[in-house]
Amino acid sequence: MDFHLTQEQEKIRQASRKFARESIAPGADERELTGEYPYGVLEKMGDAGMMGIPFPEKYGGQGGDWVGMHLCIEEVSRADAALGALLDVSTSIVSQEIYAFGTEEQKLNWLVPLARGEKIGAFGMTEPDAGSDPAAVQTRAELREGYWIIDGSKQFITNIGLKSASLVIVMAKVRTEPHGKFSIATIVVPKDSSGFSLGRRYEKMSYHSSATHEILFDKCQVPEDYLLGDINKGFNQHLTVLETGRISVAAMSTGLAQACLDQALDAVRSEYASPRDIMASETVPFMLADISMSIELSRNMYLKAAWLKDQGENHTLEAHYAKLYASETASKITSDVLKILGPSGSLSGQPVATRFLMAKLNEIVEGTSEIQRLVIARELLLNRNRVGGRN
Amino acid sequence: MMDFELDQEQNDIKKAAMEFAVGEFGPGVAPEAERQPRFPLEILKKASRLGFIGMHFPERYGGQDMGVFENALVVEQFCRQHSTVGTALSLADFGSEIVLRFGSDNQKQRLLPKITEGEGISSLAYLEGDQKTGFTPLNTVAVKNDNGFRVNGKKYFVANGSLSGSMIVLCKIKGSESAEQVLIIVDKDDERLQVSSPNVWLGLNMVPLCTYDFHDVDVSYDDVIGNGEKTDFHFSHFLNEMRIERAAMGVGIAQGAFDLALRYARQRSQFGQRICSFYAVRNKLIDMTSRIEMSRLLTYQAAVNFDRNKASEKACCMAGLVSAETAFDVANDALQIFGGYGYIVENQIEHFFRDARIMSIFGESEEVLKSIMGDRIGCG
Repeated sequence: MDFHLTQEQEKIRQASRKFARESIAPGADERELTGEYPYGVLEKMGDAGMMGIPFPEKYGGQGGDWVGMHLCIEEVSRADAALGALLDVSTSIVSQEIYAFGTEEQKLNWLVPLARGEKIGAFGMTEPDAGSDPAAVQTRAELREGYWIIDGSKQFITNIGLKSASLVIVMAKVRTEPHGKFSIATIVVPKDSSGFSLGRRYEKMSYHSSATHEILFDKCQVPEDYLLGDINKGFNQHLTVLETGRISVAAMSTGLAQACLDQALDAVRSEYASPRDIMASETVPFMLADISMSIELSRNMYLKAAWLKDQGENHTLEAHYAKLYASETASKITSDVLKILGPSGSLSGQPVATRFLMAKLNEIVEGTSEIQRLVIARELLLNRNRVGGRN
Repeated sequence: MMDFELDQEQNDIKKAAMEFAVGEFGPGVAPEAERQPRFPLEILKKASRLGFIGMHFPERYGGQDMGVFENALVVEQFCRQHSTVGTALSLADFGSEIVLRFGSDNQKQRLLPKITEGEGISSLAYLEGDQKTGFTPLNTVAVKNDNGFRVNGKKYFVANGSLSGSMIVLCKIKGSESAEQVLIIVDKDDERLQVSSPNVWLGLNMVPLCTYDFHDVDVSYDDVIGNGEKTDFHFSHFLNEMRIERAAMGVGIAQGAFDLALRYARQRSQFGQRICSFYAVRNKLIDMTSRIEMSRLLTYQAAVNFDRNKASEKACCMAGLVSAETAFDVANDALQIFGGYGYIVENQIEHFFRDARIMSIFGESEEVLKSIMGDRIGCG
């Protein structure tokens, strides 16, 4: 057992923290208020190598690991969770799917600019009637004369509205034989493909600086070799990378909650000078104790899941535990810190007020809490290789 | 005599309030864009014409001679249809009960009809920051002189601050032995007052919040409530009345969020079945509706006792605490049931979530309520 980070990992954490404090935090509240996209910051994040931490250098990455990536996501989210979400989608999900399932040529073409942060990726799974049940997708792709012809639409697509967003990986129903059964395939659709268009930008409760749009495919045409991985296994490919996405949401939630604890401690520390002060009014101190404990647990959980992933071990349970626990407790933490701060901290645009509205989304994206529980329960009850929740 | 039924008149009031709210600002009848939320003045005027504002005021001041219970029924129905519009309308008379209960005839005549007509929007300036242990004014100081008081100091988070109308201010009397207090009336348009540009909370954001600076503001005895005597009693009496109204808002917000979540859960299908048939969703809805009923009963009980002159601080605090927490938990679960759709503004559930959170923050903090409750149950 060893809970120490490696030197490399520690370096990433420190560098990310410093970068986030200096380059991300200063404009974060303003971006959230105005809904402006994080141009300028994004390029710097790319230059710093943040988008490619876990990928080999020959694909534009840093040759690091998923523990390092998630330490980075936590620190970025502590300053601005919208950028944590961007990393989650572009790196943990999209880039990883290309890295894990793409051909050498696809990796060189698409992964390299994503890993370098020159381009940003988007993930096209959710549809109006395929949310918690992604297998219900209606978007179809058909192979005609060497091209995929895609028809349908996807909703709540993060990152796609950014200028630098280059592509979306799309989950679509395909037939491998005429009149045969449908399977689900993954196709890479560059943003400039014919028949691809950006739908409306959503008016959301928060994450205003996140470029979330509806996307539309009207006889959208991409070359046959833009298929990613196995034509029959698109759904499983997605599930594999979404497992990492769940670790990322846990890291985001941890960073977001840590930012609120930072604020709460700053606000009340001066009221407590001695143990006697804490005994005299321990409501808030005890809340802080619970908050700090939840953050520590969340952090340990995402790190363990990421570490298992780096070891190549099964981490389905751990990824789901981490996502579920970290997102639910982060929401509660933001709520509690609002109560600690009172009327002034609850004003619109105040840092904790903003984070309170953001935290809720982490209980919904990449599988609602209900879906997390469902997956965990399936593993416990139906996976006979497990005993008492352990591998 | 236990009776859980509304009488005919109360039923009529509830129904009328619901019909008005559904028609003016119910789901689908969205008010102006939420990103630039404005106080719903037009709707307030209409509600006033129908007698919904200041229902608990006497008829001679434009009210309906009803009790705080009937007012709570209206507040509940308004907040149920739209948590942001409903709370803003409900708070149009905020603080005016101090004048209603303890003001002189002249003061009532000057203030109350304007409120019931929707012409004047009431404010109460009692906060001097994030007061966590109570509302004893520390820095807003009134000095007695021959004509009345001269006031200096600063008040924060004055709800309805930038809207025209009267403002009641809680001040500390300078030189008094035991932190004596006085409640005074000023006009918000008075040019001697310095007012900040308005802010809003993350919820309840049709209610503008202002900071007021008082520099040598002279107030005549005509504008002093209760001759400056028994202020502690007047204010704590008001707090109970405020707790009931806030609890009614919480009940309405929770019910409205529940209504939307239930409707959505019955329409939305995933995995080939309606999501309300999944126990994860179903059990949430069961818990939500049970807790709403619990906070409604506590709120009604506190209100009915208040109207029978048996106001209980404990009952009011309990209703306040339970209702605020229920409102948030229910709205939180409602948004969760909506999933990603809930996060999109046009689906109109997210404002319930935001507004519900402020229920634990607006008026008085959970900490204050708990400290009073602790004393009342014998932990003092």
